[in-house]
Amino acid sequence: MGDHITEIVVFTLLFLLVSGMGFVAARWRAPKDMEHLDEWGLGGRSFGGWITWFLVGGDLYTAYTFVAVPALIFGAGAAGFFAVPYTIIIYPLFFLILIRLWSVSHRHGFVTPADFVRTRFDSPTLALLIAITGIVATMPYIALQLIGIEAVLKTMGVTGDSMLARHAPIIIAFAILAAYTYQSGLRAPALIAFVKDTLIYIVIIVAVIYLPYKLGGWGTIFDAAEAKFDASPNPNDGITLNANNQIQYITLAIGSALALFLYPHSITGVLASKNRNVIKRNMSALPAYSFLLGLLALLGYAAIASGVKPLADPATGKVDSNTVVPLLFDMQFPAWFAGVAFAAIGIGALVPAAIMSIAAANLFTRNIYKEYLKKDATNAQEARVSKITSLVVKVGAVACIVFLDPQFSIDLQLIGGIIILQTAPAVALGLFTRWLHRGGLIAGWVAGMGLSMWMLWQIPNAATGRAHFGGSAFPLSDFGFDTKRTIYVGFVTVLVNLLVAVIATLILRAAKSPEGVDGTTRDDYFADEGDPRIDKDVVATVDRPSST
Amino acid sequence: MADSETPKAVPAARSDRSPWNWLLLIPIVLPVLTPLFNHDSPRLWGFPAFYWLQFLFILVGVTTTTIVFRMTRK
Repeated sequence: MGDHITEIVVFTLLFLLVSGMGFVAARWRAPKDMEHLDEWGLGGRSFGGWITWFLVGGDLYTAYTFVAVPALIFGAGAAGFFAVPYTIIIYPLFFLILIRLWSVSHRHGFVTPADFVRTRFDSPTLALLIAITGIVATMPYIALQLIGIEAVLKTMGVTGDSMLARHAPIIIAFAILAAYTYQSGLRAPALIAFVKDTLIYIVIIVAVIYLPYKLGGWGTIFDAAEAKFDASPNPNDGITLNANNQIQYITLAIGSALALFLYPHSITGVLASKNRNVIKRNMSALPAYSFLLGLLALLGYAAIASGVKPLADPATGKVDSNTVVPLLFDMQFPAWFAGVAFAAIGIGALVPAAIMSIAAANLFTRNIYKEYLKKDATNAQEARVSKITSLVVKVGAVACIVFLDPQFSIDLQLIGGIIILQTAPAVALGLFTRWLHRGGLIAGWVAGMGLSMWMLWQIPNAATGRAHFGGSAFPLSDFGFDTKRTIYVGFVTVLVNLLVAVIATLILRAAKSPEGVDGTTRDDYFADEGDPRIDKDVVATVDRPSST
Repeated sequence: MADSETPKAVPAARSDRSPWNWLLLIPIVLPVLTPLFNHDSPRLWGFPAFYWLQFLFILVGVTTTTIVFRMTRK
């Protein structure tokens, strides 16, 4: 690894810098009392426009996205560009939804989406399902952040022969991350996000100006990509879409957009902002990241044009296409700049990993620990349980990468995006209407989950020779249609989920099944910064004459 | 809608309704109309239409959400 010394030094220095910031963050905008979930888990619910922009941007556009999307473009072409329409649709779609979630959470002190469902539908069971879905979908996502770091380490030649030597850098990095997340909570990723995003913006802007200059212009780059796809035997690649993968492209974009803001970590980022206007303004400012992501995606084509050959995994011998972008930087840029780019990806993994572990920990604390294990937990106890759970979650993520085939995490993340969609009827529609019966929502969830698993099981992957969980593009011919077209699994299953929920609601209502008490009022959905929080105990016993 | 349980009931009938919200439909619908932009030509600075049009849609999204935010700000 002698020729990578400069890269490794730059990478390590920047990494140490942000680690220091992570620990200092505990004193940044210091709270009166850190022993409260609002402080540790939501940064005091006080973040303004800029912090929210960096935090949510750093949260949604993860290191894995930054390595995997260009890798997808490198391998399949236009189909991988779905990340751009997906991140265009998402902001107007959520403009009016998220402010309602923020308002009702502000009023009732909700920390997780399951908290909301619990109060809205008066059903701890439904809330438990939402919480478990969130945790299961988030865990592999954290593990994937490690794959982002690993792609960079591989490129710098930091690999070892034994299992421990190979994973030592990642274990150390995550130990440091775990320590400062434990201490500083959401303030740590919020502060680090400033460095991460600044680095990423610099790296990408330099890359998209310098690379075409070096490779003969964007026209040449696209032509090189087209030549590669024309020569490949795969019928579905190319620099534009074909007749068969357009429905997949559209449904994947819509489905992924819906899924992204249902992920617990996105909701954590949104609830940490201080008022409705911060959220609304960010919905028009966050697309700056989509622009960045689109440009980054095109680096996959630049890699084709400069003849990058992805590295093989030293242990398994399998080609790791995630190394495409790191290799491109290693090849085309001076070592110190490649080091900065690698640090940007590495640090880019830490911000979402921290927020995701906080979100998963909050779900466990609020909707499992407090609901089922210790109903009278104090605020300080909640904060402590959440801090410890965030450590457990990270150990779990590292274990996934060290002991299991990384492909397993990738499969799980694919499934994660689809199962988190199954919470849409309860969480997203629930913000607008309580028409669906709690039992109907549970039935819909069960149907959606079952169908998702069956459809994913059916999908093979020709490239890796695997028979199941080979992707999210479901051939419509498996439903009996005479066509080669494919569709995104999550799109189908969430519609089925909704349909079942509606039918079950009609049946349950006809059977006069009790619907529970809605703990929220209409006005809660429009509350803003100055409105007082509702005392939980007062709401819990509705018939008690108003105290305080 | 003011509930008697809430200690300091705020004036009822707040709402997010506004005709400006319809503008938000544009950036949701445009990016899913693939026949509109799934072409190589015309190219712009070497970018096939498929790519530069979708980059343009990002700007459409920013513009519409900004307008709606400004016009509905309280």
